[in-house]
Amino acid sequence: MNFTNLIKVALNAIANNKFRSFLSMLGIIIGVAAVIIMMAIGQGSKESVRANISQMGTNIIMVRPGADMRGGVRQDPSAMQTLKVEDYKSIQDEAKFITYVSPEVSSSGQCIYGANNTSTSIYGESTDYLSIKQWTVEDGSMFTDEDIKKSAKVCVIGKTVVDELFPNGADPIGKTIRFKSIPFRVIGVLKSKGYNSFGMDQDNLIIAPYTTVMKRIQAQTYLSNINCSAITEEMTEEAIAELTSILRANHKLKDDADDDFTIHSQQEMMETMTSTMDTITIILVVAAAFSLLVAGIGIMNIMLVSVTERTKEIGLRMSVGARSIDISNQFLIESIMISITGGVLGVCVGYVGTMVCSGLFHLPTSIPMWSIVVSFIVCTIIGVGFGYFPARKAAMMDPIEAIRYE
Amino acid sequence: MENEKRKTVIELDNVRRDFKVGSETVHALRGVSFKIHEGEFVTIMGTSGSGKSTLLNQLGCLDTPTSGEYYLDGISVRTMSKSQRARLRNRKIGFVFQNYNLLAKTTAVENVELPLMYNSEYNAKQRREAAVKALEAVGLANRLDHKSNQMSGGQMQRVAIARALVNNPAVILADEATGNLDTRTSFEVLVLFQKLYAEGRTIIFVTHNPEIAQYSSRNIVLRDGKIREDTMNRNILSAAEALAQLPLPQDD
Repeated sequence: MNFTNLIKVALNAIANNKFRSFLSMLGIIIGVAAVIIMMAIGQGSKESVRANISQMGTNIIMVRPGADMRGGVRQDPSAMQTLKVEDYKSIQDEAKFITYVSPEVSSSGQCIYGANNTSTSIYGESTDYLSIKQWTVEDGSMFTDEDIKKSAKVCVIGKTVVDELFPNGADPIGKTIRFKSIPFRVIGVLKSKGYNSFGMDQDNLIIAPYTTVMKRIQAQTYLSNINCSAITEEMTEEAIAELTSILRANHKLKDDADDDFTIHSQQEMMETMTSTMDTITIILVVAAAFSLLVAGIGIMNIMLVSVTERTKEIGLRMSVGARSIDISNQFLIESIMISITGGVLGVCVGYVGTMVCSGLFHLPTSIPMWSIVVSFIVCTIIGVGFGYFPARKAAMMDPIEAIRYE
Repeated sequence: MENEKRKTVIELDNVRRDFKVGSETVHALRGVSFKIHEGEFVTIMGTSGSGKSTLLNQLGCLDTPTSGEYYLDGISVRTMSKSQRARLRNRKIGFVFQNYNLLAKTTAVENVELPLMYNSEYNAKQRREAAVKALEAVGLANRLDHKSNQMSGGQMQRVAIARALVNNPAVILADEATGNLDTRTSFEVLVLFQKLYAEGRTIIFVTHNPEIAQYSSRNIVLRDGKIREDTMNRNILSAAEALAQLPLPQDD
């Protein structure tokens, strides 16, 4: 029997048993829809994390004091004091793969203006900081190298701080606010950046010259960390190697000694985050894929019943000249058509379901094209795989017995 | 005999068929030999257990002999594979069964097209034309698109006969083709078979009803797997006359 006739026969058989065919399709529909929704949520979250991180700058490198002891024992407090201003200066002078570098000293506390107060953090930085973070000043201006040299009590503040301290919309530029009772004159307001993907408010901060924060607030001689940006994202590796050698030389570390600082790149963080998202996606998709397996078994079950029920038809077809291969093709095509039709409907349901998910639960979603392609391939495989046994059972029938079957 | 000049359609030469039932061997056919020529209307009779069904399966190429030779239209069937026999059935044999065996929820014309679906030499258009022609030949030209569940027993059996004719077979094999029908409808079907006989078709009609033998040209009687009688019928009765003499049904 040729292919067109096979399709025609399969369509007839499905049409003659509409409700039963729909029920066996239902499993496939639910399975495919579940896989697509899970993939869409996984992919969507991954893309949104990526977008957030790259918004922060993908070429950022952070140097922190102390050896890399993630999850290890608590370190001697002196180990956290290894980064000095001299390290910053040498990086600024010597590093070729670094465009911008900013030392960082930070402190959290209360900030007051008039009768209003808010809890925020102050970051002591150099003028490069905004370039590293790719932030811009919306009103007023950033402090200058001159301010740093003089440890001037000036600052640039984020939108949240403005909203908290100047609730009636007064212009904050030129006003003097107090952080831990030290007065700072506001000279600029940062452009709002909203929340980052970790749920942190990126507008709740004060940026001041690092010299000012070191001397007037913290009274410390070491740095909390150093932020740098590599000349390009691709040069991150080289930049890290260069930073390591500069800092080791500065700290006079022997060749066999461990680093007394840790370097992280944004790229590394992004990889960690996306691989976590990948793992979650895989777990979700595997769970959904099991429902496809169950659906396949459902199809096999229905096909086996259908073969037994149609024994007489099989006997007749064999008597009038159908070969075993014709019979097995007929049932295979039927199960493939059930599973592919189910797959198509499943993709549609999955698409609608994804829209509903992102609408109702505000989940970031994105349906990857390949997930649709994969669904089709999987459906065909299910159709062939679970249709094979029933088709074989039909093809192996003896026409003499089949035609007399009651 | 007059038939000797005609072409031999079926030739059985000492055909035996044994079945293993547990540890015993059952000899269903114990050396059957005969020839059937083109244009004969042969009834094969026998009681149950006589080997009638086994012989029918042999003639229909659904089974192969344990020993002996069977030639259908000059082709030896014994050594053929399953799919070769399927092809041979498709081209050379038309089956008519006792319980019609039409596809459910399927129109008359689609039922008749079925054998041609397995013949790649026919395209959809030729298939349809051949099916319509066969249905016209059995007097169902006005029932082409009726589904099998919308027809009476006699109509269904006529569709089945049309299906047996559609591939223009070398032989039509009828298995108790009137067994499920009332007397009147049985005669209507017999009239149709006699018409086909008159057109020169070769018909083998397996039955246990001795009456039918009177309407055929030759009668073979089987008993215990052997041929007991093989007689020519010089005085073939007309089924049409018999039908006319039947009392009219009370209501129709």
